[in-house]
Amino acid sequence: MEQVIANGLYLGAQYALIALGLTLIFALMNILNFAHGQLYVLGGFVTYTIYGQLELPFVVALFAAAVTLAVIGAFIERFLFRTVIKRSIREESTMLLAAGLAFFLDAVILLIFGEKQRGVPKLINGIFNWDFRLVMPYDRILIGFLAILSIVTFVLYMQYSKTGRAMRALAQDRVAAQLMGVNVERYSMIGFALGAMLAGVVGGLLVTITGVNSGIGGPISIKAFMMVMIGGAGVISGAIAGGFILGMMESVGLTVLHSYGDITYLVIFASLMVFLSIRPQGLMGKPWG
Amino acid sequence: MSKANVFSRRTVISAIAVALAGSMVVAGASAKELKIGFVGVTSGPAAAWGTSNVRSMKTSAAWINETGGVKIGDETYQITIVTFDDQKDPKRAIAGMEKMVQEGIHYVVGPNVDDGAAAVRPVAEKNNIMYFPYAFPKSLYQKPASNAVLGMIANYQSGPAIYKYLRDERGVKTVAFIAANESDPLSQRDGGVVAAKALGLEVVADKDTYQNDTRDFVPVLTPVLRTKPDLLVLSGVAPGNAPLLIRAARELGYTGLISTETAQDAKVLEEGAGELANGFISVGGASTPEIRSEVMEEFIERYIKMFGEYNDESNTKVYALEYIIETLKANPKAIDDVSEFKKTMETFSAPNPYMKGDAVLKYVGMTSFGQKRQVSVPMVVNEYRDGKFITLFIAEVD
Repeated sequence: MEQVIANGLYLGAQYALIALGLTLIFALMNILNFAHGQLYVLGGFVTYTIYGQLELPFVVALFAAAVTLAVIGAFIERFLFRTVIKRSIREESTMLLAAGLAFFLDAVILLIFGEKQRGVPKLINGIFNWDFRLVMPYDRILIGFLAILSIVTFVLYMQYSKTGRAMRALAQDRVAAQLMGVNVERYSMIGFALGAMLAGVVGGLLVTITGVNSGIGGPISIKAFMMVMIGGAGVISGAIAGGFILGMMESVGLTVLHSYGDITYLVIFASLMVFLSIRPQGLMGKPWG
Repeated sequence: MSKANVFSRRTVISAIAVALAGSMVVAGASAKELKIGFVGVTSGPAAAWGTSNVRSMKTSAAWINETGGVKIGDETYQITIVTFDDQKDPKRAIAGMEKMVQEGIHYVVGPNVDDGAAAVRPVAEKNNIMYFPYAFPKSLYQKPASNAVLGMIANYQSGPAIYKYLRDERGVKTVAFIAANESDPLSQRDGGVVAAKALGLEVVADKDTYQNDTRDFVPVLTPVLRTKPDLLVLSGVAPGNAPLLIRAARELGYTGLISTETAQDAKVLEEGAGELANGFISVGGASTPEIRSEVMEEFIERYIKMFGEYNDESNTKVYALEYIIETLKANPKAIDDVSEFKKTMETFSAPNPYMKGDAVLKYVGMTSFGQKRQVSVPMVVNEYRDGKFITLFIAEVD
C-alpha cells in the first residue's frame, strides 16, 4: 500500500504541473489549448539537447526550456490567437487554431528531433528502499519535490505578485479588469507565455525520468484535459486537485484491477462521465463559467 | 517596360521550359521509373517503426539510383519510393493502399501493425498488389490469402526459441508477460504464453497490460513484479517504451531477465535506461558487427549520411526492398504482373548481401503458413550490453 500511495503522489505532482499551464491559458483567454502536450514535448527536447547532447548542467537546460517555451508561448498568443480572437467571435475558431497548431508542432518536432525515444542521464543515482515495502529512486523523489516546489512557486506568484493579481482579475472578469486599467493584451500574452513555460518546465523535468519522443504530445494533452475537467476548467486549485486525483486513481487502479486486464482507464473514464453528468463544472469550477 | 523587353523575357522563359521538358524526356528515355510503395506509421508514438522502413527504403533506392539504377530484364529502372503515413489507423491504411493503386504501384512495404495489415488486404488483393507487412496474424499469409509476405520474424517463431534458450542456458522457470493494450502486443503476448507453457515454464502473470502512451511504468509494473518471475517478457513492446519499462523494473528492484520478440534500437536503450538495460534480450536482423557484411556496413554509413542517425530496426527493415527488387530481377515479367512474382517466390534464391558468408535470400514460411509467404531474414537473438547488441544465437525460420 505504501508503494501505491507513493506512486500516486508522484504521478499526481507531475500531472498537476502539466495541468496548471493548460488551465491558466483557459482561465485567461477561454482557449482550449490542444497544443499543450506539444509544448511539453518541446520543453523535453530542449532539455534533452542542452543537458543530454551538449552536456551542460541540468539547471541550465531547464532554464533554457522555460525561456524558450515562454518565448514560443508569447509568440503564439501575439501572432496567432490574438489575431484570430480579433477577427472571429466564434469560440470554435480558437479551438481549430489550437488543434491545427498541435498538428503543426507535431510535424515540426518530428522533423527536427526525429522519431526516436530520447532520454538523458539520471540526475541522481541510487534508490530509496524501505524493505521493498516502498521503493523509490532518488531522482524520482527529487523530480517530485521540484514539481511540488514549482506548483507552490506558481501559486504564490499568482497570489501575491502584481502580474499574478492582474491575471487573476482578467480570469474573473475580463471587462471589469479592463475598466480597472489592466492591460488585457499584455497580460493575456504574459499568461499564455507562463502557461507554455509551465509545460516546458514539466517536460524538462520529466525528460530525466520518462524521456521524450515526438509522438507523445497528443496523449499528454488528453490527460491534461482530464485533470482540468475533474478539477474545474480555469481554476488553479482545481487543476492541482485534478492532477493528484488522476495520479492516485491510476496508481490504485493499476494495482487493484491489474488481474482484470487493462480496465483501469475504462473505470476512470466511466467514473469521469458519471461525475461530470452530476457536476459538469468539475470539483472547483463555477457552473456559470 | 517596353514590349521588346516583355517579348524577350517570354522567349527566355519559353526556351527554359522547352529545355527542361526536353531534358526530362531524355532522362526518361535513359531509365524508366519503378515505383515501390510504403504504407505504414511514420508519426505519433509508434513513428519509429515506419520511419525505419521508409529511411531504409530511401537509402537503398538512392544507392541504387546513384549507381545508374537497377537492371530488370532489358530495362534499367530508377527506383522511386512513394510513402503514405497511415498514422497507425486502419482506415488511413486503406486510403494509403488506394493511393498506391492510383499510382500504379504493384509492390508495397507495410503496414506496420496487425489491424492495418488486415484492413488493406481486400484492396491489395483486388488490385494486384503484393505487400510486405510487419504484422503477425497467420490468416494474412495462409491460403486463400496470397498477396501478403511477412517482412520479419514473427513472435510465434522467435518466442519459443528464446524461451527454450533461457530455460536451458539461464535456468528460467517462471515467466511474467506484460503488453500494451493493443492488438499486436496482445496477440504476441497470447502467443508467448502458449509457447512458454508448451516448454513447461510456469506463467505467473499474463493479464497485465498498459496504455501505449504510458510514460511512467512504475505503477504498471508494481503488481507484476510481486510475482517474482525469472523472466519478464515485454510482449510486442514499442522501441520507445522498452527503456522505460526496463528502467522501471530495475528501479523497483527486479533482478531477473527481461526479453522481447521485437527489434529494438541500442541508442534508445542506452539513453533511456543506461546500464540498467544490460542483459536485455531482443531480436534483430543483420544486427551485430560479427555477422554484418561490408555491404551492410556501407548501407549503415549511407543511412547515417542521409538521415543523421542510424536506427537498429533497419537491420531487419533493409530486407523488404531487396527482396522485391531481386525477385523482379529473377523474373522481369513480374514487374507489372504479381502472379509471376508469386510463381518466382517458390524457387527464388539469391545471395544475401547484408550478411557475411553464404547466406541466401529466399522465401520461407512453409511450417508456419503452409506456403512461402515470409522473407527469410536471420533470426539473430541479441543481448544488449553497454550500448551495443551482442549475439546470443542465430537461428532460421523454414
